[in-house]
Amino acid sequence: MSPARLADIWVYLSASPLLHLTMTVAAYVFGDWLYRRSANNALLNPVLIAVVVLVAILVATRTPYQTYFEGAQFVHFFLGPATVALAVPLYSNFARLRQMWVPLSAGLLVGAMTAALSAILLAWVFGASHQTLLALAPKSVTAPVAMGITEKLGGPASLTAILVVSTGILGAVFGPTILDWCRVTDPATRGFAIGTTSHGIGTARAFQESELAGAFSGLAMGMNTLVSSLLIPPLLRVIGVVSQ
Amino acid sequence: MLNAILLLLSCQLAGEVISQYFSIPVPGPVVGMALLLVVFHFVPAVGDMVRETSNTILRNLSLLFVPAGVGVMLHVSTVFDEWLAILVSLVLGTVMTLTATALTIKYVSRLMISRAKGRL
Repeated sequence: MSPARLADIWVYLSASPLLHLTMTVAAYVFGDWLYRRSANNALLNPVLIAVVVLVAILVATRTPYQTYFEGAQFVHFFLGPATVALAVPLYSNFARLRQMWVPLSAGLLVGAMTAALSAILLAWVFGASHQTLLALAPKSVTAPVAMGITEKLGGPASLTAILVVSTGILGAVFGPTILDWCRVTDPATRGFAIGTTSHGIGTARAFQESELAGAFSGLAMGMNTLVSSLLIPPLLRVIGVVSQ
Repeated sequence: MLNAILLLLSCQLAGEVISQYFSIPVPGPVVGMALLLVVFHFVPAVGDMVRETSNTILRNLSLLFVPAGVGVMLHVSTVFDEWLAILVSLVLGTVMTLTATALTIKYVSRLMISRAKGRL
């Protein structure tokens, strides 16, 4: 096959969603494979690897993000149904949840407040712009919901997406170690803290610690979507980041 | 599997309609999740119908974050200009949130246990 013919095929494929959809899944499968091969070295987080690989390819081929997203949107779309699906682990762990109801609610409230306030205050001290503050506020909430929160506040939702993913990766990579330092050993508590801080990416990590940790991480992520959606807009009004 | 997908999508759709109609700050999928919990409560058999599909989606949850993560391309200049603020906020904020959540649960649990013992 001549190079010119190959170039034609490339032009044709890069205009169809198939190429970038396949690339997205392939990059993730590669990241996941690398992660497993490294005996689950947390630094080789599959999402991080997939993002690095994809950005490198897109920059090298001068493909704009919009073109990429036309293919990747089919993956992105499933964040919505996945959020709905969180009702399943929530419901099946209802007994344990009811037993730990008071401490978990306290932890969730403190965690959700700490997440939003620490993000905003630290960034403000170091001179972040107003738009960045709006994007940072919901960074511990799972992506589709966090983007919704920023959007309703008039901030840049696509910046939120990156900050959410970064927070997820950070929590997945360092979360277990930090919890060891704090001498938190109960799997339910560990999972819940990881889920509150690092949503779905943290939950994927918590499932590796144990089934129970994973379930409670998913639980925390689900509950945090509700609490943060209700809490963040008034909180930002109180501290004056958003006008009344 | 199709029934499960239909149920998840219907809950999301209903959630979206409710969220928009009443202009509540909670995003549509979260309302959808709450709706599904209500469905489980009244019709427990539905749980078995969606469990397998839901678990498959949740097991591969990280994949779904990849397209959003690649969006970092769009914000290279913001991230570059404000890298210090963003880095400090992300790293310290994550450590603080994790510690605050875990220690609150740990000490509130301990407090409740010691109170329960005191009552005996």
